[in-house]
Amino acid sequence: MNDTNPMLHLEDVYMRYPSRDGTPITILNDIDLKVRQGEFITVVGPSGCGKSTLLRLILGAESPTEGAVLLDGKKLDAPNRNRGIVFQKYSLFPHLSVMDNIVFGLDAEAHGMFLGWLKPGQMRQRRRAFRDQAQVYLERIGLADAADKYPHELSGGMRQRVAIAQSLIMKPRILLMDEPFGALDHATRTEMQLFILEQWEQAEMTIFFVTHDLEEACFLGSRVLVLSQYYQTDAGRGQGAKIVGDFATPGGHPKPTDFLYSEEMSQLVHRIRSEGLSPDNLQHIRDFNLTHRDAFRTVNPEEWQREQ
Amino acid sequence: MKFLSMHAKFGPVTTALLSASLFVLCVAAYFTASHIRHQENPKDKIMPTIGKMWKGVENTAFKEDRKGEYRLWVDTWASAKRLGYSTLLLVLAVLLGLHMGLYPFFEAVFYRFILFFDKVPALALLPILFIIFGLGELSKVMLILLGVFPTIALDTYLRAKAVPREQIIKGRTLGAGSAKITYGVVLPQIMPDVLNTIRLNFKAMVLFLIAGESLAATAGLGYRIFVVRRYIAMEIIIPYVLWMSLLAFVADLLVRLWIKKRYAWYQAH
Ligand SMILES: Nc1ncnc2c1ncn2[C@@H]1O[C@H](COP(=O)(O)OP(=O)(O)OP(=O)(O)O)[C@@H](O)[C@H]1O
Ligand SMILES: [Mg+2]
Repeated sequence: MNDTNPMLHLEDVYMRYPSRDGTPITILNDIDLKVRQGEFITVVGPSGCGKSTLLRLILGAESPTEGAVLLDGKKLDAPNRNRGIVFQKYSLFPHLSVMDNIVFGLDAEAHGMFLGWLKPGQMRQRRRAFRDQAQVYLERIGLADAADKYPHELSGGMRQRVAIAQSLIMKPRILLMDEPFGALDHATRTEMQLFILEQWEQAEMTIFFVTHDLEEACFLGSRVLVLSQYYQTDAGRGQGAKIVGDFATPGGHPKPTDFLYSEEMSQLVHRIRSEGLSPDNLQHIRDFNLTHRDAFRTVNPEEWQREQ
Repeated sequence: MKFLSMHAKFGPVTTALLSASLFVLCVAAYFTASHIRHQENPKDKIMPTIGKMWKGVENTAFKEDRKGEYRLWVDTWASAKRLGYSTLLLVLAVLLGLHMGLYPFFEAVFYRFILFFDKVPALALLPILFIIFGLGELSKVMLILLGVFPTIALDTYLRAKAVPREQIIKGRTLGAGSAKITYGVVLPQIMPDVLNTIRLNFKAMVLFLIAGESLAATAGLGYRIFVVRRYIAMEIIIPYVLWMSLLAFVADLLVRLWIKKRYAWYQAH
């Protein structure tokens, strides 16, 4: 781990989409972010603020309108097996069974399309090994009986769990997850949280985890990012989301489950809610809670005329 | 008027009766008209009676003609071969559409061209086909192929484009290369839709077949119809037409069953 060179580096990133009448709308406004290897980052923010958009930028599926997204000091390349994703929607391949969805990556990586025709014996043997590996994941996500089902036969929550296993089995360097637990009941959710934490520790991944559940964000993350369009600057009401909070969660990591019921937790949740998620409380940018050791920002003088 | 409501439910017998009703009506209308015409003119050729038609079927299907052939079967085989070859060649249309949908280069080169080519009436170019490919089998196969190729290619193209971008990105993040994404993610997903399109184009293919056979052939269902048309042998034409429809219907059915069996995930999708 190199302190001076963080793995992921976003600076002055703007994302604008053209609106119906052609004028661009700013979605992400001057995002600055540095991330070290092995961090578990949870991202929260109001619906529609641009969380999924931020993940797409880190994935490399889209490039920013302005600014730089650097991985290991180099411009990010197209999506590849080093960065996994669990999408909010369209998470599985509809034509593959649950088992085939999970082994898809192992299969794709181990042999090209055509090995099966050239060396069927070798391929069958590897396939068996992959399936055994996948079976372990299926058991962990509680879907061992669903191996031969197709995605349309699963509930939304089951699909998301399969999608998580599908990405996790590849042990990517960075794993991006977009509200993966939105459709889970409380018990399954807790189980999946522990599963993810366990995998995160084992594989030394860096995780970005978007959620609407603030308790979940504070419990899972070693670092919480609050993205929000509800803020003000010296120039008036803000346009497009900024990082309005970037802080380490208190205590060690991973946390014991009783942290969920602690006083610290409820205060933290309360603070995030009022500072980031409430449209009536427009925090000034100078008051943002950017206390994480890697937090930084470049300031635009129009937005914040600092007193000398 | 409950039976007209959106929520009406019919048992299997009622459904079968309802489905049969229009068939029965048509057949009854035909024989009534035929009967009336025969009362006016017992030699009527336009609407033959069952007896005459059966004679026609017997002569073509179960008796040797002057050449010692069973005409109906020879004709059926000749036409089926032409349709079969052109259907096999449609694989090219599917591959082209798939690549156009996924690779900007193929899209740039082929899309406009195929779109324009789709609007060219293939039939009008038949003489040119005969010159290029000769009067043999090849030109007829090419006519059928050219007639439906653009439609199939464009349809495949649109479907490949409609596969959510997320799926392709997902494939990449799981380490799949272009080949795996093209033939392992996109193609199998759109295959049932593509097969459906091919199935719905059987009718167009048969039309092109008949057109080709009517101009230059020595056997074939379409050829025979055009030959006997000269002496208004409706007692042969009508069974031939029904036979062709039946074959097309069965082919269509087979494709539907295949989709149901092979792509179990598709129906509910
Ligand atoms: N391709 C696009 N074209 C135009 N606008 C877009 C596009 N993608 C996203 N947006 C807009 O960007 C904003 C942020 O979208 P995004 O999906 O990132 O929000 P989100 O924070 O993930 O929301 P949610 O919590 O509801 O998932 C939305 O207002 C959306 O309308
Ligand atoms: Mg989102």
